[in-house]
Amino acid sequence: MHSYRLTHLKELESESMHILREVAAQFDNPTLLFSGGKDSIVCFHLALKAFHPAKVPFNLLHVDTGHNFEEAITFRDALVKKYGANLLVGSVQESIDSGRVQEETGFYASRNKLQTVTLLDSLEKFKVDCAIGGGRRDEEKARAKERVFSHRDEFGQWDPKNQRPELWNIYNGRKRPGEHFRAFPISNWTEMDVWQYIMLEKIEIPNIYFSHEREVFERDGVLYANSSFMRLKPEEKPFKKRIRFRTIGDMSCTGAVDSPASTLEEIIEEVASTRTTERGTRMDDKRSEAAMEDRKKEGYF
Amino acid sequence: MKDETSGYLDMDLLRFTTAGSVDDGKSTLIGRLLYDTKQIFEDQMEAVQQASAKRGTGEVDLSLLTDGLRAEREQGITIDVAYRYFATPRRKFIIADTPGHIQYTRNMVTGASTANLAIILVDARKGIQEQTRRHSFIASLLGIPHVVFCINKMDLVDYDQATFERIQRELEDFSSRLEVHDIRYLPISALKGDNVVTRSKVMDWYQGPTLMYLLESIHIAGDHNHVDRRFPVQQVIRPMTTEHHDFRGFAGRVAGGVFRKGDKVHVLPSGFESTIKSINIGEYEVDECFAPQSACMTLADEIDISRGDMIVGANNLPETSQDVEVMLCWFNEKPLQAGGKYAIKHNTRDARCMIKEVLYRMDISTLRKADGDPTLKMNDIGRVMLRTTVPLHFDKYARNRYTGSLILIDEATNETVAAGMIV
Repeated sequence: MHSYRLTHLKELESESMHILREVAAQFDNPTLLFSGGKDSIVCFHLALKAFHPAKVPFNLLHVDTGHNFEEAITFRDALVKKYGANLLVGSVQESIDSGRVQEETGFYASRNKLQTVTLLDSLEKFKVDCAIGGGRRDEEKARAKERVFSHRDEFGQWDPKNQRPELWNIYNGRKRPGEHFRAFPISNWTEMDVWQYIMLEKIEIPNIYFSHEREVFERDGVLYANSSFMRLKPEEKPFKKRIRFRTIGDMSCTGAVDSPASTLEEIIEEVASTRTTERGTRMDDKRSEAAMEDRKKEGYF
Repeated sequence: MKDETSGYLDMDLLRFTTAGSVDDGKSTLIGRLLYDTKQIFEDQMEAVQQASAKRGTGEVDLSLLTDGLRAEREQGITIDVAYRYFATPRRKFIIADTPGHIQYTRNMVTGASTANLAIILVDARKGIQEQTRRHSFIASLLGIPHVVFCINKMDLVDYDQATFERIQRELEDFSSRLEVHDIRYLPISALKGDNVVTRSKVMDWYQGPTLMYLLESIHIAGDHNHVDRRFPVQQVIRPMTTEHHDFRGFAGRVAGGVFRKGDKVHVLPSGFESTIKSINIGEYEVDECFAPQSACMTLADEIDISRGDMIVGANNLPETSQDVEVMLCWFNEKPLQAGGKYAIKHNTRDARCMIKEVLYRMDISTLRKADGDPTLKMNDIGRVMLRTTVPLHFDKYARNRYTGSLILIDEATNETVAAGMIV
């Protein structure tokens, strides 16, 4: 008799597939938030498995800040084409143009916070009743408290102190009209698990995760890609460097890491030996001790 | 580091809970596990150092690593379940870190529901406390297979062997009433690090394993039921493409047993029988699937199956009844209404139920039936008879945590108001 034992990656995969199927069964119009970053790519890959051989029964929604890495957009479009997925786009630029939000100014201007309005508007416009996200509990302290099925009121707000208890693998997605849910199928994955799974499953990811030469500048000890979206201070001089990105977000808030890692094996080795968290390169989290909790309460993902 | 990259295909996953109150050293223990296994990153440590300095406590407060919400940091307490992650070359760990106060019983129950193992801290100076009993009872009630009692703060009792042995005897005595078969006892100091990750140099009288060694080596593959075949159907997969024109697959997560191609199966509630034609896990066709794998199977015969149905082994059926007796943990500020009606979720099946009778309320400090009013209020646990609108197909919780569990939902607020373990 052999032992029925699962490796940690296979157990996580199994849990995530179960969650994705529960989402499909409990909601009318669930939609996968898709940024072209590795976490949303892994979610999509898990959805392919969960519904095989049928198509993924979700639309993809990209909340587009307009400050994108070109490589991420190219990747997004190729994936949509390959799998015949339906892509919806919510544009922060449109939110600005229509006066829904005010663009931040100054050197630290970022469209990160503005995304929340665009996201909530898009969910309403496309009648999304459950937004599936690639958020992980290991990313940040406030996220560590998030449920897999996370309830949002009619204003899109999260009430962290009054969350529904979530037991075993029973998920309660009941809601009133106007309310919606966020679902996080890879809640229990760590950054390392995601990389190992990408390697194990040979999942394609945008090339900017791998080491490449790029024009960058340094601000507060973090390297940023130089682009027309960034306003440089006089003392900030761009220079060329071999870097890679550990996360892919809006260009104005995603820092690069000084890294020669050009294969998945090298990235995994780097992640294993790194001494700062993934979000350590994210300017958006550095605003205060509760920066993430505050944004999440308002409806951020 | 090499181990991290080359050994990852052979790691498994252990989920454990730690329950405790503000002063029994729980946060210190978790901080110690994370710190000694080098899981705390520089920026997290810096943030904690800054926050500790701001509070002027002098020492670096490792509990700040786990308390994530603003209110928690302000009040210095843990309100909600926080999930923490770490890995060693042998295993990946998920900690459900739960607060220990009586008013947070619901969070403890939530954290315990998926755990393989519970760590229960006992202050060596105080011995068994009311909350030690409560945590142990919850671990037992929620069917956690392994419990580790850590007699903590041994440094404050001069690492005294007799103190440890006295507390161990008291715990053994009291644990005989619990339904946990694997119980361990460890003398530790989370603050100084004795027997947490590294062996204590002072307590040479203790010959047993360190906590980390236990966590890494305890046998967990047997924690799932691999005997009774249970497959609650989540979804019917119908691609309706030219390539898969007639494909009708049943997607679900195996809740018990092992299903093999060619197995004769029984479908509930219809009672139809068929054989398994194919099993897929994602895009891969496989010969068998077992708990807790997510799979998709097709059957040889065309029978009507939908979400909420259960595919089971033909010669080993679960119980089927509309009268279900449960141990119920009540989670809501509004007390349980005798005669009240609630929505019920059991596996993938949705139904409604009526509270027929509250048989008794537990006094969870003494593990005995409480006298008097059996009304279940927030954080109470009691034995309750339910009458459901449709028959449920279930096993006893002690036999299977997934087919034996259910939740109740308030139909007006949609809140999850109770968790039930079928007895």
